[in-house]
Amino acid sequence: MRAVTVVSGPVAALDRASVDTDQIIPKQFLKRIERTGFGEFLFYDWMKDPAFPLRRPEFAGAPILATGRNFGCGSSREHAAWALQEFGIQAVVAESFGDIFLTNCSKNGLLTVALPAADVRELLDSAPAEATVDLETQTVMLPSGRNVSFDVDPGVRERLLNGWDDIALTERRGAEIDRYEAERERAGPDVLAL
Amino acid sequence: MATTPRTMLDKVWADHEVGDELLYVDLHLVHEVTSAQAFEGLRLAGRRVRRPDRTLATADHNVSTGPDEPDALSREQLAALDRNCAEFGVRLYALGHRRQGVVHVIGPELGVTQPGMTIVCGDSHTSTHGAFGALAFGIGTSEVEHVLATQTLPQRRPRTMRITYAGELGPGCTAKDMILGTIGQIGTDGAAGHVIEYAGEAIRGLSMEGRMTIANMSIEGGGRAGMIAPDDTTFAYIEGRPGAPADFAAAVERWRAYPSDDGAAFDREVTVDLADVAPQVSWGTNPGQVAPITGIVPAPADETDERALAYMGLSAGMPLQEITVDRVFLGSCTNGRIEDLRAAAEVVRGRRVSDRVRAMVVPGSTQVKAQAESEGLDAVFRDAGFEWRGAGCSMCLGMNPDILQPGERCASTSNRNFEGRQGAGGRTHLMSPAMAAAAAVTGRLADVRELVS
Repeated sequence: MRAVTVVSGPVAALDRASVDTDQIIPKQFLKRIERTGFGEFLFYDWMKDPAFPLRRPEFAGAPILATGRNFGCGSSREHAAWALQEFGIQAVVAESFGDIFLTNCSKNGLLTVALPAADVRELLDSAPAEATVDLETQTVMLPSGRNVSFDVDPGVRERLLNGWDDIALTERRGAEIDRYEAERERAGPDVLAL
Repeated sequence: MATTPRTMLDKVWADHEVGDELLYVDLHLVHEVTSAQAFEGLRLAGRRVRRPDRTLATADHNVSTGPDEPDALSREQLAALDRNCAEFGVRLYALGHRRQGVVHVIGPELGVTQPGMTIVCGDSHTSTHGAFGALAFGIGTSEVEHVLATQTLPQRRPRTMRITYAGELGPGCTAKDMILGTIGQIGTDGAAGHVIEYAGEAIRGLSMEGRMTIANMSIEGGGRAGMIAPDDTTFAYIEGRPGAPADFAAAVERWRAYPSDDGAAFDREVTVDLADVAPQVSWGTNPGQVAPITGIVPAPADETDERALAYMGLSAGMPLQEITVDRVFLGSCTNGRIEDLRAAAEVVRGRRVSDRVRAMVVPGSTQVKAQAESEGLDAVFRDAGFEWRGAGCSMCLGMNPDILQPGERCASTSNRNFEGRQGAGGRTHLMSPAMAAAAAVTGRLADVRELVS
């Protein structure tokens, strides 16, 4: 994973609540067995509507997406994170996120920033005005120049800042896992014995 | 010295904490749609599957449930699962195997879903397995790869939320009505960041099938997982299944320790009064937009509601029972189990599917299908005009050819009524199997209580 520290640029506004991952990438595009090729199908059904916000020319190429609460709820499909990233989104700012989506983004270096409703509203209303998301300082500089801070899991932050592969990180704890399996693992069910 | 009372989550968590924020996974369920990139990741990094004995795969999301051939991409994805399982030594129940089926139906059915376990799968409805007192949750593909490689997951401990049901379930009401009513009350992000524990006498009175329906939809309320305390109903369900422990009595003894201790503290407590729960139907495009079948399409409270009504082609004030349907879907990991098919057959028996409706039954697994056939349920459905199909996820998410056409309206026993979920432009109304059966025979959203005494 590529390291991420700062995302800066115009903000695209999608002022809808509870946007589910079925909308972000519909099921007919989940048949690919590669991690790429999803960006062109982002919001496939909604993009058919000429009035859909992400079709507005002033939002083209914006690296930051501001949107409503509970963004990314529903299905666990990581394809949603892949599609957003491939489309060019590097950070999503919302009041809250679906839990699985949040984790999926963190595994791919797509920043998710939860801010109070009033701050998200400022981003939505001033879009495409530019903002800056800084993971190092855990702040968002809003278009007004006001800085607001955000929370991030310390482990996730460190991993993103360094671009670490978390499987490799866990493999360094192999001795702990070996010990767990030797001493505490509960027996079965052994699916190979079914 | 008195010990602090612990929740069920506390106990399962403590049992599986390998070290700081690293959780051991007892069972990893795998299917074709979210695993290919994970296996490819292993291959590129030269990694192996650490514990094939704790990894079980099936083909469900993308399989054809009828005579139609899957498209080329679907075939390739299913073939990739075959290849990956063969290469990495993972047990696979592919299409055609007697144990194939929807991943959240076959785990319990095989007896490999057991109390106190940690279970993950690249699917948000993994919460289903929590009905047994397991900690079970959905993960993304990167996490699938992580579990395949290490049998663990970096996890922060979620918060706890207890939902207690007060009172008794009314006539014609089922577990599906309980959970739809609950999501209507708390909202689709009401349980975000929390593991839900469902409690109360009404939960204790449910069968395992009913409990699975409730735990299954935890994610629809935003919950990380949903858990139900194991009891004699749980143990009786597991006993005799292929994956059940050899020393069953000893296992039961151990499992009895998992329910939350008296006085255990939850981060949040919610009460749902069952006196308020009539048979539910959804009217909008998220599972929190529900109303009792006796009610009307509500006035929109915000822009989300307005959008939903426009998409659904409904107007506020319309009696729900006047909404006609074109399709009926009986199945899914929420309601594709034998008890669900029995409940629907009870309503259908001796009746005909409305002329305006195309109705299908998609059993949750090949074993559910066989069981239903041995009970003659297939004949009940066929005689009434239902299509009787093979096992799979089918029209719950419409990855295979089982989809709605634009504008078609469907009474569905599945879990999501999102825009386009069952097919672009399709309109989904969620409900229980009995209510979907009532819709099939009347051609509209109907109150099942008026059809059966």
